[in-house]
This record gives sequence, C-alpha cells and structure tokens, in this order.
Amino acid sequence: MKFVDEFRDPVAARRVLEEITALAGDTPRSFMEICGGHTHTIYRHGIERLLPETIDLVHGPGCPVCVIPMGRVDDAIAVARRPGVLFTTFGDMMRVPGGTGTLLEAKALGADVRMVYSPLDALRLAEMNPERDVVFFAVGFETTAPSTALTVLRARQLEVTNFAVFSNHVTIVPPLRAILESPDLRLDGFLGPGHVSTVVGNRPYRFVPERYGKPLVTAGFEPLDILQSIAMLLRQLDEGRCEVENQYTRCVRDEGNPRALAVLQEVFELRPHFEWRGLGFISQSALKLRAEFAAWDAEERYEIPGVRVADPKACQCGEVLKGVIKPWECKVFGTGCTPETPIGTCMVSSEGACAAYYNFGRFAGRGRIPVASG
Amino acid sequence: MTSADRAFAEAAVQARIEAFRRRRPKLNDAHITTAHGAGGKASAALFDSVFLQAFTNPVLDLMADSAVVPVAAGRLAVTTDSYVVTPRRFPGGSIGDLAVNGTVNDLAMVGALPQWLTAAFVLEEGLPVDELRGYVTDMAAAASAAGVTIVAGDTKVVPRGAADGLYITTAGVGLIPDGRRLSPSSLQPGDRVVVSGPIGDHGIAVLLARGDLALEADVRSDTAALNGLVEALLSAAPATRWLRDPTRGGVASALNELAVAAAVGVALDEASIPVRQEVTAACELLGIDPLYVANEGRLVAVVPDAELDAALTAMRLHPLGTASAAIGEIVVEPPGMVTLVTGFGGARIVDLLVGDPLPRIC
Repeated sequence: MKFVDEFRDPVAARRVLEEITALAGDTPRSFMEICGGHTHTIYRHGIERLLPETIDLVHGPGCPVCVIPMGRVDDAIAVARRPGVLFTTFGDMMRVPGGTGTLLEAKALGADVRMVYSPLDALRLAEMNPERDVVFFAVGFETTAPSTALTVLRARQLEVTNFAVFSNHVTIVPPLRAILESPDLRLDGFLGPGHVSTVVGNRPYRFVPERYGKPLVTAGFEPLDILQSIAMLLRQLDEGRCEVENQYTRCVRDEGNPRALAVLQEVFELRPHFEWRGLGFISQSALKLRAEFAAWDAEERYEIPGVRVADPKACQCGEVLKGVIKPWECKVFGTGCTPETPIGTCMVSSEGACAAYYNFGRFAGRGRIPVASG
Repeated sequence: MTSADRAFAEAAVQARIEAFRRRRPKLNDAHITTAHGAGGKASAALFDSVFLQAFTNPVLDLMADSAVVPVAAGRLAVTTDSYVVTPRRFPGGSIGDLAVNGTVNDLAMVGALPQWLTAAFVLEEGLPVDELRGYVTDMAAAASAAGVTIVAGDTKVVPRGAADGLYITTAGVGLIPDGRRLSPSSLQPGDRVVVSGPIGDHGIAVLLARGDLALEADVRSDTAALNGLVEALLSAAPATRWLRDPTRGGVASALNELAVAAAVGVALDEASIPVRQEVTAACELLGIDPLYVANEGRLVAVVPDAELDAALTAMRLHPLGTASAAIGEIVVEPPGMVTLVTGFGGARIVDLLVGDPLPRIC
C-alpha cells in the first residue's frame, strides 16, 4: 500500500491546508464534489473538519446507486422473479428500495439473486449455468459502462445466448447541466469526477466554465487529491481564472480513454430520455444497447413492467443530489430514513451523501471529536 | 461327528458371534449417509472411529447421557456458539479450529479459565468422512492447545440439501477465579484501548479463500485460543476493565457495543491501529473498512492508563500478542459513540455496520 500511503500523508496534508487557509480568506465558498466516490473519501477521512469554516462542500449526483429511480428497481425485481432467471447485481443495489421492496427481499422469497463484482463474473455464471437465463443489472456512469459493453461483446464472441444486460447506465454531463440550470444554484466551483474522467477525459466539462462561469477541477480519490483540488479551485478564483483543470493527472488524460469510448460507442446508444431519482426525466442522459445487441438486452428479451413510481413524499433525495440541501436538512434524515431502513437511495450506497454523512459525518463538526492518545 | 462334538462346535461359533457383536463396529464408509444419524451401528462406528478416537478422555469415554465433572465453589462461565463458515478450510485454520477457539475465547473474555467443551455436529448427507475426520482432528489439537477437554457431543445427519456440508455447535464451561470482574461499568475516562495484534486477518483470509474475487494475497486466519494471553494480561494488569474478542463485525462493532453499554465515548487513533499491508490492500480494493472485518484470534482490552505499559509489555511477550498496540482511549463525550481521528488528520465517527457486506465468515 505504499502507493496509497503517499496520498494519505498528514504532513503533506498540512502543507496543502495552509495554502487553502491562506487562499480562502473570509469569503464563504461552496464547492460541489460531483462524484459519490469523493463524498465517501471526504467523510471517511474526516476532511470537512480539516477545512476552514468558510469552505462548504456540497455533495453532488455522481452516485450511480443514488440516481436509479424506484420504478427501475421494481423492473429489476420483476425480471429477477421470472422462473429460470439468475439475476446478478453489484452488492449496493441489493438494498435499494423500489415500490415493491428490495432485491434482497425478493431473494429471501425465492428469486435467485446473486452479488457479483464485475459483469464478467455474471457472464461466467451464464457459461457455467447454460440452463439458466443470467441477467446482469448494469448501473453506473461512464466508469462502469465500458466493462458492461466489453462483456456484451465477449458474450457475442463466445456465443453465450443465456446472458442479458438490464442497462441502467447513465452519463455524467446531462445531470451536471441540470444542476447548473437549477435556479437555486449556489455553487462557486466543482470537483470534477475522477473515475468517469479516466474514460471521458476533461473536454466534456468545458461548458461548465465557458457557459456557466464556474471553475472545475478533475480530482482523484485519495484525501490529498481532494485537498489539492480544493486548493486549485481557490487559486483559480483568487487569480480570476475560470477553467477546467486536471488534478488527477496520474489517471486522467484530456482526451480520456479512446478505446473505452470506442467500445461504448459500439455497444450503446443514447436513450431519448431517462428518469433520474430526484432530478426527473433528463433527455439523452442514459445508455441503451444498440439494436444489433438486442439478443443480449433484457429490455428486449423480457416484458419489463416499466411502471413509474413516484418518489416517497417525505424523501428529499432530489434536493440532496442537486446540493440544494445538506443530508441532515432532510425532514426524514436519521429518523424515518436510516441506513437500516432507507427511504431514499442516497441513504443506501456507501457513496450516497446521506449514508456517508450518517455513517461517518455525525459529530464530525469541528472540534467535537476528541483526539485519542493512541 | 457326535452330538457332543456338534454341540461343542456350535457353542464355539456362537461364542465367536457374541465376541464379534461385542466389538464396536468399524467405520468403512467414505461418505456420511442417513444411517450414520440413525443411532444404530453406523452411528456408533462413526462415533468410535472419528470422534472418540480424536477426543478421548475419561469423561467422554464413559459415554453417559451427560458428562459429569467436579467443580469447586465459585462462579462458572457458560457459553455456546455455532460455526457455519464457508469455505470450511482456509489458510491458517478450519471450521474445527474456529469451533474450539471461538468458544474458548468467549469464556476467556469474561475472565474465565476455560475447562470443558461440548460439541454438536449437523452433518449433511454425502459429506466425505475423511473431511470430517480432518476437522475433528483440528478440534482435538485446538482443544489440547487451549487446555480444554471435550466432554460431551452429539451428531445429527440431515438429508442432502438441508444443510451446507457441516455445522458445528460448541458449548463451553469455564471457572472464574475469585475476585475477577470484567465489566463495562468499571470503565473510567482516560482508560486506554489495546488490541493484541493486526486486525482483519481472519475475515480477509476467508473471503479470499472463497476464490470468487480473483484476488490473491498471503493472508492467514488468526484463529487461536486467547486464554493464555488473557492470563498474561490479567496478571500484569489486574485492574483491566473489559475484554472482547472482536469476531463478527470486527473491532468497530465490539467498541460500539462497549460505548453504548458503558455510556462512554471511545476515541480511536487510526494511525496506531495495526493492520497488515495485505489486509489494507484487499480492504481498499473491496471497499471494506478493516475495523469491521472479523478476527478469531485477537482481543481488544480496556486497561487503566496506569497499567498500560505493564499490559503492553506482558502481551507483547506472549506469542499471540507480539504486535499489541494502544489504539485509543475512553472519553466522556460523545457518550455511546466511537470516534476516530483518521491517519490523514481528519475525524469521523465509527458507527455500527448496517447489514452484512461480506458473506458469512465465522
């Protein structure tokens, strides 16, 4: 873990924090970290407490689990319950409530739902169980979509016919645009997503400074990455610049990953529109398998109920995802909605702003956590 | 042949048959079948050949309906636990090691001197007898290492599909020396939290042994009986307040339970918590926090500040505690909570885990 230790060095952190404090001055600043992975890092390492009080971090919509609408979970459960189906999913999706319960409950009642770590594991299950229909519940931004695309190509190459993908892949730019169009926007800059950008590169974000006048710094996932990115945003504001900068140069290139983009292009096409949890329908924001891959498309193979389920009234995931309110400002946070019995998706995934705040952030206000003598 | 000769020959045959019937039946089967659970000859053969051979001792050998053991006056500690691990054998141990060490450790954590165990086996039809014999041999070795005797047992066979190979339930009885009291209510602010070695080894070893993660690392389960280490600690630090073996749910869950039970805060220092590099790396990749990963041969202790040095010195001299470390302290605020100053210098809470991110591991 030498590689990681370097990015968790408290001495280096202090140096960057001094710079942040000097640059921050007395002006209150709000920065949104778009990516749920950043939210997780910020809470897991207790970064909010290190920052000057004038800097407010707002948690954005980049948590793939958090943006899946309840109706799609119900659709997934309907597919999982079909006789002969072996339904595979990333672990996080197991506890996400739809209108009719969770996949975990469906499993307890007899559906064959299995956790996988990669779509290739699901394909392997299909090869090992030729008499079953294996379905992979594909979620995620451009980060995970290439591996789904590659798996579909592999299925075609190996002529595996008992494998299908239920695609819920989404793209990062449309929700970002939706947030920037939001009338209650009160942000001074963005920490751009790291993993997504390894695929799409930095160019797709240029509209953020150019059209909306907000700086964006693509950030890595180690705590020091976050601090450096905040320093870079402050420096831009201080010097009157407004541009896309790349802090995560060890992984992200401006042009992204052309091979991954080519695979995405080959397998997926944009849906006309897709419903996002809390954000409503956003056009051209999600990926569907192209017609030539219909044989591996669960939406073509099965009758999907496609029922729209309204988000629970009490749930304010939408406002949380847009950064309009903090997790603890939600009316049901920590009472009606907890990680044990989540109402909203933000409370389910460890990358969700509400779960991260609930699990790590409570009491983390400045000075409230005692220092152990170790 | 005269009638006398015939009678003599017949009597000899009958005597031979009787002698043969008196012999305990031999176990020739390669796999467990329902016959082994029927209470007849097959059951007896299994008991003799597998269990008695490994566990033999004067109490068990009597094969009475109950084991009868002598006790002096005083207090007894009694505990029970079931073991259902997958896979049943993993680097560093097996379900047999866990079934003895886990129960011995539960006794040791209340300050008891573990004495006797019972063991009940639920066997799935089709389980290879040699595999079973392997776990039973592990149990005998673990019991001998821990200084406990397996004095009673039971075996049931269930049809194929009704269980996952083998489940073991052990119960344990220990004697608590006079004057020894370990309780959350004795905690004082300023007391120190100690862990006996690197955390998370067992959980990660079992997880990797499942082989479905395409990850490889040289991590071995830490399964071990901790009663010797506990005695070393308690003689060096007699005012030790509380002990716990952080099994399922890991150190984080154990300390959360303590914080709630004692209505105190527990402040941890991440930088001083020992974790092997391989475990840290696997946890990073899997998105797991080692604080929540199971241990089967580690203990967490709370000792008064004045006895910290003595406690650490004694623990580090014991083979199971060489990497013992102070990882935090008991504080007043916030009560019922475990908090952590991160290695990076930030701070966060360490809450109880929701659900189970890992499939069963102990």
